[in-house]
Amino acid sequence: MEDKILVEARNLKKYFKAGGGQLHAVDGVNFKIRKGTTLGVVGESGCGKSTLGRVLLRLYDVTDGQILYDGTDITSMNAKELKPIRARMQMIFQDPSGSLDPRKSVKELIGEPLKIYKAYNGKADYDAKIAEIMKTVGLNEMYADSFSHELDGGRRQRIGIGRALAMNPEFIICDEPVSALDVSIQAQILNLLMDLQDEKGLTYVFITHDLSVVKHISHEIMVMYLGQCVEYARTADLFANPMHPYTQGLLNAVPIPSLKAKKLSTQVMRGELTSPIDPAPGCRFAARCPYATEKCRGKDIALTEVEPGHFVSCRKVL
Amino acid sequence: MEKNKKSVLSRLRSSRIFRVMFGRKLIVVCSVMLVVMFLLAIFAPLAAPYDPNKDDLYNVLKGSTAEHLLGTDSNGRDVLSRIIYGGRISFTVGVVAVVISSVIGMALGLISGVIGGAVDTVIMRVMDAMMAVPMLILALFLGAILGQGLGNVCLAIGISMVPGYARITRGQVLTVRNADYVTAGKLCGGSWVRNTIVHVFPNCLSANIVTMTSSLGGAILAEANLSFLGMGISPPTASWGAMVSGGYKYLSTQPIIAIAPGVAIIIVVLCFNMVGDALRDALDPKLRGTLGKGRKREKQSRKGRDRYA
Amino acid sequence: MHEKLLEIKDLSVEYETEISTVYAVNGLDLEVGYGETLGLVGETGAGKTSTALSVIRLLPEGIGFVTGGSITLDGVDMLAASEEKLRSMRGATASMIFQDPMSALNPVMTVGAQILEVLKIHHPEQSKKDLEARVDEMMELVGIPANRKEEYPHQFSGGMKQRIVIAIALACEPKLILADEPTTALDVTIQAQMLGLINDLQKRLGTAMILITHDLGVVAQTCEKVIVMYAGEAIEYGSAEDIFETDMRHPYTEGLFNAIPKLNEESARLEAIDGMMANPTVKIQGCRFADRCKHATERCRQKQEMREVSKGHIIRCCLYDRQQANV
Repeated sequence: MEDKILVEARNLKKYFKAGGGQLHAVDGVNFKIRKGTTLGVVGESGCGKSTLGRVLLRLYDVTDGQILYDGTDITSMNAKELKPIRARMQMIFQDPSGSLDPRKSVKELIGEPLKIYKAYNGKADYDAKIAEIMKTVGLNEMYADSFSHELDGGRRQRIGIGRALAMNPEFIICDEPVSALDVSIQAQILNLLMDLQDEKGLTYVFITHDLSVVKHISHEIMVMYLGQCVEYARTADLFANPMHPYTQGLLNAVPIPSLKAKKLSTQVMRGELTSPIDPAPGCRFAARCPYATEKCRGKDIALTEVEPGHFVSCRKVL
Repeated sequence: MEKNKKSVLSRLRSSRIFRVMFGRKLIVVCSVMLVVMFLLAIFAPLAAPYDPNKDDLYNVLKGSTAEHLLGTDSNGRDVLSRIIYGGRISFTVGVVAVVISSVIGMALGLISGVIGGAVDTVIMRVMDAMMAVPMLILALFLGAILGQGLGNVCLAIGISMVPGYARITRGQVLTVRNADYVTAGKLCGGSWVRNTIVHVFPNCLSANIVTMTSSLGGAILAEANLSFLGMGISPPTASWGAMVSGGYKYLSTQPIIAIAPGVAIIIVVLCFNMVGDALRDALDPKLRGTLGKGRKREKQSRKGRDRYA
Repeated sequence: MHEKLLEIKDLSVEYETEISTVYAVNGLDLEVGYGETLGLVGETGAGKTSTALSVIRLLPEGIGFVTGGSITLDGVDMLAASEEKLRSMRGATASMIFQDPMSALNPVMTVGAQILEVLKIHHPEQSKKDLEARVDEMMELVGIPANRKEEYPHQFSGGMKQRIVIAIALACEPKLILADEPTTALDVTIQAQMLGLINDLQKRLGTAMILITHDLGVVAQTCEKVIVMYAGEAIEYGSAEDIFETDMRHPYTEGLFNAIPKLNEESARLEAIDGMMANPTVKIQGCRFADRCKHATERCRQKQEMREVSKGHIIRCCLYDRQQANV
């Protein structure tokens, strides 16, 4: 683990036009990711975590704020300037069947980036490179000519990982890479991702709704609610001392496979996500928060460092 | 190489498309009929018993006889031979018109869907305007401008079918272009042109292939209609539509002259539609695994009754 | 009155597709008592949903078939029952909650009308006013104000829709609810709300439930009895205590427990189960898990029977035979 910052977001915002207003998908997010570490982004559906991942890769244009990659501002680069940097960043998708072109064989899928960047010398080298990638992600060579729909979910996700690794990137956005998989396969893929990080020093942003998964793989965790970061801390700190009521609620809601923990879900969080379209100023969680007072509404609450490295945006904690 | 060949063959036989397509007897029958009619048209000089354009004024308006299976028309020409030769016109018009319309239509749809904005609006409004006019009227109108002749008929029918392809392709592009695999292609560093060609276009094809099959029938029918109305192929060239038109005056005396080419049209159009439908079932990934075996079900439920009775 | 609400014996379900025959369920035995909650645990392709669908005879027509065994629900032989009898039982004796609340509701009918529909079918004798009152009652029961019954499904959020689905399922006071992954499509906090609601209603109304899930955490929160399925077979059956607080588990169940990332424990690597689910288009004689099992021996290639390892706790594995023999 180095201390070099690879990716930095400064007051990053992404709004979409929707229903006559502005949908605040990502609304003023700040973070720094050190090289070789994993930032876990947790939140429920609609909290903007997937949008954040895509904005970081510049798949969407940025509404406001800055993205710094390895010290370079990539916020307003055009496609041509972006191309050499794109080779260093990749993405692993949630739905392996949706992210693999159904008309391409495994070999073609993994080889696509190699072809685009012409990163091989002759056919033999191309085949060797693909064989090596397939070995790295644990795919048997016999599947090289198969189509993705002929394989099961776990193997499909391995193809997705293989394609992401083809150009030896240093930064990978993992957008819910295991949510579509069965538990036993999920563990295989998580282990693979962790092994790859150790071997190649990869930097991940791991987007998920599953706190127990993110706990395993992340060094730091950012909890998002309606486009904003409500809590940001090192993994151990966050789980030892969750401060934001939303984080606490999320933790309480996870069903634990043990009879002793059975009474946990008695403190269930009320209500559901409020609308992300033109949200009123103030704490966006206030409508569901058991501790909310009048003070929480009307004025935005800044993310504040409560302990070294532990940031929370909640009036109760401050 | 040897190994490769084998795997391609076995892949074809075990492929789902192949099984769904030809798992039903009716589809097999239709496909065989189409192939036979197509071969007859190609080898018409060998297959036809008489010269289709040779008048024989001693044998005018004969019914079905041993020499003339389907009789002769008002000029004494052999109807069977004319139907076989007429197939050439029908298949040519069908294939050429479909090629013209699909190439232009898919290109327009692709441009419309990928670029969007004002380009999309202009193209689609023009398509809408074309669609507002019935296809046959449009073809008649174009035919009137372009004049008679095989090439012009193909062009007129082809152009009148463009909007269908453009709309289907555009719709497909709009769903496909947001698919994760297109995003993945972008992330691999591919330009938008490359992404469109490599990922978007191939995934729009299957819907169009189905349309092509069914519109082959439509184009053949349109040619027959145009020829029936005297706007199509100029006489004396044999065309099914013109034959029906020439023969219907004798419906009361020698009905076979008009009915025989009519039946030929019905068979070809019906077969193309059936095959097109089957192709749609086979290519639709959503239907995957839901097409049960009808016969098995009977057997199973009988088995079930026996057991639980 | 029968002792058991649902008794399934030696059930086999097959799917016939244009490509191949899928053996979805192979000789499953299962019992549910009145008011009991059974967790049916397994991964994709374990045959959980096929089992539930065969109970109410709703396997996809022309594709899925019950090819053997017997199903007795509330004293009725479901496999011999007439279509009319089945119709009268669906919704009234047994009803189902589906995974996806978005597609389980008809988008062009108000939610009130959808609850009313089930009631009208099963209680045609009651007056409209009584039925409407019952609709209001059901909506309040699942925590939705009754004045929202004139609204359409799209006006509700995902969690609210699932509440409506539950209201429909419970409207006729069924004796058995088949809940097929009822919380999988929902967010964690909504899932917690839903599990609380289902638990609470089930206790209040005394309904029996089969909860189908892949999530052992959900089972721990709700179920009294647990059955673990793998590749169409039951491989372990017992009370929640038998499954969660024991050191004698089927190696697959054990593997499942180890593969879950845990919130309350520290560990870096997960213990994954190697390999993939057995191919469902091939009939296997011996233990279906043998190829992925680290304890597998030659014996596992023979047909495995269920064995009682402690009272009421049965496992389809020869692992514990050996240990008993050694003692």
